[in-house]
This record gives sequence, C-alpha cells and structure tokens, in this order.
Amino acid sequence: MAQKSFRQALNEALHFEMARDPRVIMMGEDLTGGAGANGVKDAWGGAFGVTKGLLGAFGPERIRDTPISEAAFIGAAAGAALTGLRPIAEIMFVDFAGVCLDQIMNQAAKFRYMFGGRAKTPLVIRATYGAGSRSGSQHTQALHSIFTHIPGLKVVIPSTPYDAKGLLLQAIRDDDPVIFLEHKMLYDTVGEVPDGAYTIPFAEARVARDGKDVLIIAIGRMVSVAEEAARKLAADGISACIIDPRTTSPLDEDTLLDFTDKIGRVVIVDEANPRCSVATDISALLADKSFDALKAPIKLVTAPHSPVPYAPNLEDAYIPTAAAVAKAATSIAKR
Amino acid sequence: MSALQLSHDELLKVYRTMRMIRRFEERVMEEMGTGDIPGNTHLYAGQEASAVGVCLQLEEGDYISSTHRGHGHSIAKGVDIDSMMAELFGRASGTCGGKGGSMHIADLRKGMLGANGIVAAGAPITCGAALSMKVLGSRQVAVAFAGDGAMNEGVMSESFNLAKIWNLPIVFVIEDNGFGEATANAAVSAGSFTRRAESYDIPTLEVDGTDVFAVYSAAGEAVERARGGGGPTMLHVHVPRYYGHYSGDPDTYRTPEEKKAMRQERDCLVSFRRRMKEVSLLEEAELDAVDQEVEAAIDQAVAAARAAPFPPLSALTSDVYVKYL
Ligand SMILES: Cc1ncc(C[n+]2csc(CCOP(=O)(O)OP(=O)(O)O)c2C)c(N)n1
Repeated sequence: MAQKSFRQALNEALHFEMARDPRVIMMGEDLTGGAGANGVKDAWGGAFGVTKGLLGAFGPERIRDTPISEAAFIGAAAGAALTGLRPIAEIMFVDFAGVCLDQIMNQAAKFRYMFGGRAKTPLVIRATYGAGSRSGSQHTQALHSIFTHIPGLKVVIPSTPYDAKGLLLQAIRDDDPVIFLEHKMLYDTVGEVPDGAYTIPFAEARVARDGKDVLIIAIGRMVSVAEEAARKLAADGISACIIDPRTTSPLDEDTLLDFTDKIGRVVIVDEANPRCSVATDISALLADKSFDALKAPIKLVTAPHSPVPYAPNLEDAYIPTAAAVAKAATSIAKR
Repeated sequence: MSALQLSHDELLKVYRTMRMIRRFEERVMEEMGTGDIPGNTHLYAGQEASAVGVCLQLEEGDYISSTHRGHGHSIAKGVDIDSMMAELFGRASGTCGGKGGSMHIADLRKGMLGANGIVAAGAPITCGAALSMKVLGSRQVAVAFAGDGAMNEGVMSESFNLAKIWNLPIVFVIEDNGFGEATANAAVSAGSFTRRAESYDIPTLEVDGTDVFAVYSAAGEAVERARGGGGPTMLHVHVPRYYGHYSGDPDTYRTPEEKKAMRQERDCLVSFRRRMKEVSLLEEAELDAVDQEVEAAIDQAVAAARAAPFPPLSALTSDVYVKYL
C-alpha cells in the first residue's frame, strides 16, 4: 500500500467525492488563495494546503473562496445542505467557530429535529484544531467536547492518514451535519493509504494496539502520544491496549465497555480541557456501565483547565505527554 | 495637514516611530529564521504611516485595539519594544509574561487593548472601551484598527451600528492592504467600505496610508469629532503590505514585479525623507542618527529577550481567573 501524508489522504478523499458526486461543493477562506495578482489562483490550497489542486479539477463554482465571514458562509453551507447540495465548509482554525456557533449549534444541528424529521443537513464542517504550533490561545484549542455535547452534530476526530481518508468519505456521504477535526500537527504524518475510495463507519472504534494490562483510550492526536507511552510501558513489562474512538459522536460505547470489562484498568487521554469533556464523559460511561469490572480508578490525562499558552515551555507542559500517560498507567497497573 | 504644522521634535518622533516599526519587523523576520521566535508572526512593514499618523493624534489615556498584525499599532501607541520583543521570544519579561505571543500583545497601561487572533473581534471590544469613556465622563477616545478582510465579518457592521446609535467616541481605522491572507479584497468584497459606514450615517475619509501627514490630518478630524461628542468616524486607509500574510508565507499570489514596485513607489519612510528634504525641515544627518539610535534599541531588545528566562511552569495555570475558589 502507498505511504501518504494525512494531508494527502484528505485531499484524495475530497477529489474522489467531488468527482463522484456533483452535489459536493466546498467553501472556505483561502481555499484556493483567491483571485490574487494577475488572477493567480490556488496559491495556498487552504491555509494548510489540504484543498490544493481542487480548483483546477472542479472550477470556482464548486470550490469557492469565501470572504472572512464565518457566520455567513457556514450558515450558507447549512442552507445549501438543507436544499440539495452536500457542502464541505472549512473553518480554518476551530477557534473561529466562536464566530459562527449560532449557525452550527442552533441552526444546522437542529434542523432535522425541529422540522419533525422532514429535513436532512448533509453538511461537513472541516476545521483544524490543537496545540503544538506556538500560536497562542486563540489558534490552538481542542473543542471537540463542545460539539460532542450538542445533539444533532456528529463529531469525527481521526488520528491516522488511513482513517482520515475513510472517515472523510464517510462524513461527506452522511446525511447529518458532521464536524470533522484535523489536528494541525498531524498533517505531515505518514501512513499507509489505499489509492481507491473506502469508508469507515462512524461509532466504530479502532484498536490501535492490543494489550492486556492497561486500556488506554486516546482521542485524535493523543493516539500517537499513547503509542509512545505504550512502548515505554512495554519496556517496563506492562502491556497496554490502545483504543481510538475515532468519532466522539456517535460513540462506540460497546467497544469501550467490552475492553474495559476485559482489562479493568483504564487511562483516558485527551488534549482538550478537562471539565465537561469527552474524557469525563467516557469516564462516566465506564463507571456507570462497567463499574464491577474496574480493578482501579479510571485515570484521566488531559490538558489543565487553562487556555493554551504561547511560551514553548508552557505549551509543551500544557499538552499531555507520553511520560504522563505512562505514569498514570503504571500507577494503576499493579493495583 | 502639512508637515510645516508639526514641530521639529514631533517630526523626529514621527520618523523615529515609523523607522522603529520597520526595523522591528525586519528584525523579527530575521529572528524567525533562527528559530528562536516560536510560531509565526504577521508583519506590519509597509503600513507604518497608518499606525503612526493615527496614534500621534492620541493621548496616553486613549485606547486602541489592534489585529493579528499588531506590532506596529503597539509601538505607535507607546508599548515598550523590549517587552514586546521578549513576548515574541516567549519570555517571562514579555508584555504578557510570555503567555500571549505576537497575536495577543496587550498593554492596558498604554491604552493598548490587544492584538487579536480573531479577525474583527477588536471592533465591538473597542465600542465597549468608548462606552466606558462616555459613561465614566472622560474625554478619552478609542480607535479600532481592522483590515479590509475584517470588513466582511458581520461584527464590523454590528459595531458601526452600535457606535452610531450610542454616539460613541470611536474611530474605526480600516487598513486596506488589498489582501486578506492570500485572497484579494477585490474577489471577496462587494461595494465600497466607505459607503458601508456611511449607510450607518458614520462620516468617512479615504486616505493614502503611505503619507503619514495625510493620515495624521484625517485622524485629527476624526479624533476631534469623537472627543467633542460628535460620535464615530471611519477612515479607509490604503496601505501596502510588504511581506506575505505571515512570516512563513511564500507570497506566491503576488508577482515579484508587483512586490518590487510596491516597495519602490509606496514606501512611507522614503517619501517622508523626500518630503523633509523638499521643505528643508529635517537634515539627512538627523534622520541618519535616528536610524542608528533605532538600530541600537532593537539590538538591545533582542539581546535582552534572548537573555531573559522563560516563564516558570507554575504560570501555566495562573491567571486563568483573578480568584477561583
Ligand atoms: C474569525 C477569523 N477568521 C479567520 C481568521 C484567519 N485569518 C487571520 S488573518 C486573516 C486575514 C485578515 O485580513 P485583513 O483583515 O485584511 O487584515 P490583514 O491581514 O490584511 O492585515 C484571516 C482570514 C481569523 N484569525 N479569525
């Protein structure tokens, strides 16, 4: 199988689906780099180069640069989804969802329910998230917990290039609004990705590593941190199993519960702030439904309850580390 | 406004501040190359005359808010370059203790309400500052800087409306460099910016942002109106942006010729020097001396920033609240 970057995997999914389905359109800031000097176009392919080449293939009617006006274009994407298109809208940094939260939370997420099931909103909102780029508090947040909280939204948070492609294709074909979150620090990671199209169903967690002593549930980019921790743990004779939920809404409760029942010791790793989060949500689920199987307290390794700082030493301390995960796992492994 | 109306010292200050911003930006670009300034920055070089012309009309107690491209506005408002540089290096001695970075530099003591990572977010916050002045009965004014791209955010229009109905002492300065990131303004903006503001009955002025005297004069009119209780004004200032959108932007959407011409024909420092020669107000030697003084100040700021410690790890969770428990 070919080795491809996370970015390339997403680009292939977009290419494939736009070619297959003429109702799929894209919109966002700098998707093509606009009409610059002398009409030069496709200079950037979006701020992170994910949409490069799409303009040439599909033209400006189907892949459009928007003004800097998230409320307007996310709302327009929701309206277009309601009326026959399958839009993919890009919010450059998920932090900017603050500008258009109404359109996501009160509009797109609610259409189907409020209209008595007589509507579909096949909308994908792609956004980058996450710390590690030294960009300060307003460009580095991990907000998947907020979206997961809102009924009507589906939330996808892939951790590998393979999953990125399969989940994005699934998201575009899904008839509900999907928030598709891409960690900025994952774009250049490389992995095996088939050339053809394939989909990965939602609510199907992936066993990223098999193991028997400790179960590590890790979200998004934290999967690679968990893998690093698992290697450390293996050297100490502790065998860690890693599960990546891949979608936080819907959530593959069955797999999480099955593995908890089997292993009985759980560490949950998430880059998001800890309060009212996906990590606390999963923890509550396991405590509620698998309490008897637990041999030790559930451990959470998350960012602290603070905004993301700018200074490199502080940002590094903000992001959960493999050492912290290994420490948490070790603390419960022998109990 | 003619150059003749400014005193010798004021003229020197105008030049010194523009030069300081330019060299600050050029040096930041260089230091980005060393990897010692984390992340990315958005450089203001080329737009100096706008920040300086506007801020020269302001008093220390007046407020400004800035954009992601905030270094120039901060320097023009009098924020200390040593602490700004330290902030860019992520050090504890920075304006924000190293926690903010380039996009969040703020110094309330200098009336600088912050650069901002969210496009257009400064406009309503500045309306709030203007409201404070009004309610508190001070004669201060507030200035909101924003880019052409920001004009398409709904919150800009909402702020115009608020400023007008509340008759706020505020000036909106729209710095139009023709681009929002890599996208040309012409491709994403309908109608005219001044007509947008005028539809809220806000008076407007169109200004050449490479001519510091033109900016100074327009800002003077606007600030006077605000201070006198006459409400908001909007300045549409046309400026060149010398670098790419951010320090890592290869800037391939503009042609090399276009960029060269911009630097040759629309440089506020060059035209300032030419003007001074024409009217025989400042000697070349005086200006050269300012250049050297600026150079030394920036060398010193970089050296001090490099030598300063990073914030202690305890800073990670401090300042989230004034008091939590
Ligand atoms: C709400 C929001 N949307 C998008 C961005 C990403 N972004 C940062 S700067 C910028 C362009 C701003 O253009 P303009 O207002 O013209 O200012 P300029 O960069 O030209 O100074 C964009 C789109 C952002 N920071 N905030």
